[in-house]
Amino acid sequence: MNTHPMKLKIDGVDVECSEGSTILTAAKTVGINIPTLCYLEGLTPYGGCRLCLVEVSGTNKLFPACATPVASGMEVTTQSPKLHEYRKMVLQTLLAERTHICSVCIANDHCELQTQTNQYGVDHVFYERNWSCNEIDSTHDFLVIDRNRCILCTRCVRACDEIEGVHTLDLKFHGKNTDVIMDQDELWSKACSCTSCRKCAKVCPVGAIYVEGENIEYTKDPQVIAFIVERRKCLK
Amino acid sequence: MLKDDNRREMLEKVLKDHNYQKSALLEILHGAQEIYGFLDKELLTEISGLLNLPPSQVYGVATFYSFFNLRKPGEHIITACLGTACYVKGIEQIMTAIEEEFHLKRGGSTKDGKLSLFQTRCIGACAMAPNISIDDVIIGKATKEETIKHIKQILGEDKTETI
Repeated sequence: MNTHPMKLKIDGVDVECSEGSTILTAAKTVGINIPTLCYLEGLTPYGGCRLCLVEVSGTNKLFPACATPVASGMEVTTQSPKLHEYRKMVLQTLLAERTHICSVCIANDHCELQTQTNQYGVDHVFYERNWSCNEIDSTHDFLVIDRNRCILCTRCVRACDEIEGVHTLDLKFHGKNTDVIMDQDELWSKACSCTSCRKCAKVCPVGAIYVEGENIEYTKDPQVIAFIVERRKCLK
Repeated sequence: MLKDDNRREMLEKVLKDHNYQKSALLEILHGAQEIYGFLDKELLTEISGLLNLPPSQVYGVATFYSFFNLRKPGEHIITACLGTACYVKGIEQIMTAIEEEFHLKRGGSTKDGKLSLFQTRCIGACAMAPNISIDDVIIGKATKEETIKHIKQILGEDKTETI
């Protein structure tokens, strides 16, 4: 492997990292925190939530830090009034898209969307809410999916495919009709490829997939993916 | 659906042409729709098996593109253009008129399976808006009365043929 060290600046701090790493991982090495939702260590970057958008000098375009590889001489800004506004907008559109009501959500206080929303001070949604009515599937023995709370980050889809390797979950349709499905849009109990491994519930950043009757505090464990990936490296 | 007719062989040929490559899924789905007319779950499962792809992924791709039919379409297919120009020129009213006249819903078929009504994005004939296509024949500057007359004519032809 070519391991030329790349030198770049993130928020004025000099960073040195290997070729092929992303802006997000490079920022992490120097302790700069970039907000994320769909990104999860150990899974392929998806770049769907647009919360990790950063500014790169020399261009007006914003780049998703989780999916942008570093280049030598890059000057990255992760915090600015413009980005702050964008991130607030992203959070508001996420909240407006489906029915997010924290007070009746199982993931209240353990929700990554809620954490980000609080952090960015989004106390109102200035868009008309969709109030969409999506299906809830509780046919599985213990796993439940409430699609009304889903933010379509595809963490569950990627964990199911890349870590568990069964690819039970996927997305159907496109645009505002997009939804998470099991096998060919079957009920969860009829999805024969599902191994009931719970990884989808562990990685879900919101309260969309959860284990029935289990305290959400115990269910949620997104770090487990990075742990598994790390341990599998030793196997090779 | 997947009976021992030559359609199965044709499907195998399409797959062979693409070397059973996973990346050719979209082309293969196109080919399968051409052969069978629509893609139902059984056929999608078959394709996912032949290509060694997860069924959910094949289903996801097939539903992503509105070109693929997942249900059996009627004998005659009406496709209304929902592009901006057609919309402004009142395609919505024409569609509602068809729905009321023939008792069907957009995206679905009549009970006797004779007629289906679909909607599509811009077909690129905006100058002739509103456009509606009846069995792949495009009617430009369509009106409610004219469209319904056309459809009745096509349905009527069937009757005379069967008699």
